[in-house]
Amino acid sequence: MIATRTPQQTNAPVPRASVVASLDAVNKNYGSVRALRGVNFQVRAGELVALLGPNGAGKTTAVKLLLGLMPPHGGKVRVFGADPTNPENRTRTGAMLQVGRVPETLRVREHIDLFSSYYPKPLPSSGVLAAAGLEKIRDRKFAELSGGQKQRVLFALAICGDPDLLFLDEPTVGLDVEARRMLWEQIRQLVDRGKTVVLTTHYLQEADALADRVVVINQGEIIVEGTPAEIKSQTTGKKIRCITRLDPPWVRQIAGVTAVRSDRGVIEIHASEAEPVLRELLKQDPSLSGLEVTSAGLEEAFLALTQDSVRNASYGN
Amino acid sequence: MSTVSVAISRRQIERFPAAAVTIYWKETKYEFLKYLRVRMYTASVLSFPLMFYILFGLLLNSHDAIGGMRVPTYLIATYGTFGIMGASLFGTAAGLASDRGLGWLEVKRASPMPPFAYFWAKVITSMVFSTVIVLALFALGAAFGGVRMPVATFAKLFGTLVAGSLPFSAMGLAIGYFTGPNSAAPAINLIYLPMSFCSGLWVPVTFLPKFAKQIALVLPPYHLSQLALGVVGAGGHQSSWTHWEVLIAFTMICLGVARIGFQRDQEKMYG
Repeated sequence: MIATRTPQQTNAPVPRASVVASLDAVNKNYGSVRALRGVNFQVRAGELVALLGPNGAGKTTAVKLLLGLMPPHGGKVRVFGADPTNPENRTRTGAMLQVGRVPETLRVREHIDLFSSYYPKPLPSSGVLAAAGLEKIRDRKFAELSGGQKQRVLFALAICGDPDLLFLDEPTVGLDVEARRMLWEQIRQLVDRGKTVVLTTHYLQEADALADRVVVINQGEIIVEGTPAEIKSQTTGKKIRCITRLDPPWVRQIAGVTAVRSDRGVIEIHASEAEPVLRELLKQDPSLSGLEVTSAGLEEAFLALTQDSVRNASYGN
Repeated sequence: MSTVSVAISRRQIERFPAAAVTIYWKETKYEFLKYLRVRMYTASVLSFPLMFYILFGLLLNSHDAIGGMRVPTYLIATYGTFGIMGASLFGTAAGLASDRGLGWLEVKRASPMPPFAYFWAKVITSMVFSTVIVLALFALGAAFGGVRMPVATFAKLFGTLVAGSLPFSAMGLAIGYFTGPNSAAPAINLIYLPMSFCSGLWVPVTFLPKFAKQIALVLPPYHLSQLALGVVGAGGHQSSWTHWEVLIAFTMICLGVARIGFQRDQEKMYG
């Protein structure tokens, strides 16, 4: 039910001029693996759009297609109205990709100096170092940096050319909470300066905290898109926990119950509304105890979305 | 409006050559620094040919001669070939395979870096290390082996050896495109060491068993070392043109193979 998209959602009236990058019915395969299937995706000027999905959903593939790092097997990829491999485009885009290994013997400032030289109008290196929080470690070699510092160097390389459009592929993966918040703050500042940002993440919380628009992708297909609030509202529900002598399969068939899990006597019920379910539970089991009702968290909403699409996909094939 | 855009495009055209020079310069400078700071690279690539030369050319056989040529002079040509071959193969192939396999090349490709600058930096860096090796061999030979030659001969030998870095850089690019981050170095050793032996870089080719002499004829390091030996008057009977032709053909083949790898990469995803 969630995975069906109304035509209004896909063909929202977007003024053509404001679309800076798009995938139009794009397919991409790796051998027999279909990484993207008929994906329509648009990036509008000045927005921060999050591509949200589990690992292997096709987020990185979408980014690499938009960066012109590989061609699609079908459909059209456009960036600034041109082919993404256009050299002129590359001077207007910046990218933070997931990298296994960066040259380790170069210093932070040397990496930035080199990448700045590629762009026609780079930011002053002092500005880049400040924006990425690298001033104190500018003379360190890359190998001597912590995980968070390494991510910040890659972020610095993405912004040093002062690009209009930024692609950040899982920018905060592997970072601790503090480092993640710091990077979020830097990403927000970019959007405040009028930059367009495409961010991929598998943290719903991150998409919620940063994005104007969230596009949920799973198994190579976009399953839903909207503002973070819209995404959450599509999967709102309650979580009921209690100790009961009732049988989980019986509980499952109460109207409004979407899922039941039992663990060492404690039963966990997901329901669209709590009250009718509670009434029924208490009627059938007066000895029910340890009752707890919470709203389903963001992670649950996300899981509900992606699992739903998995189910549909397996029926579809 | 239109005047503004015209002004911008003209400015871009004007700044283009200067900007391109800057990119090529910085790409090369940092590629060189990157390798200079990798101790494994500098230690193995620079010190092996020099150690061999000191041992076999200066300590053990310095008063002997090979085909009328004094050993310390003869071995500058052969260990010079050995040295530039190692510096060029490791300098291009190992870095390329690692950059490709571990995602760094994609970051560069996503940037406005001209792709040619990347290869240029690798080739020039290999040449710079080759220059250092050849000059160090000369210095050792002159100081401790009594090697003397006219300036013109020196210049010709030096130029031949450093130019000889090109075929092996091309070979390194080809290897780098068809090996992974962990397999590049073993693959190079597997090719480099037997090829050096069969080309007569360690033991003069005249002392090699007959089958090795036959193999040598198709090996690029043999042809480069023969060119270098020819400069100091210890070459074989083939004309230097034959050697140049073989080296040029070999370079072309390697560049062709590297190009196939380059194009294959555009289709593939890593990581």
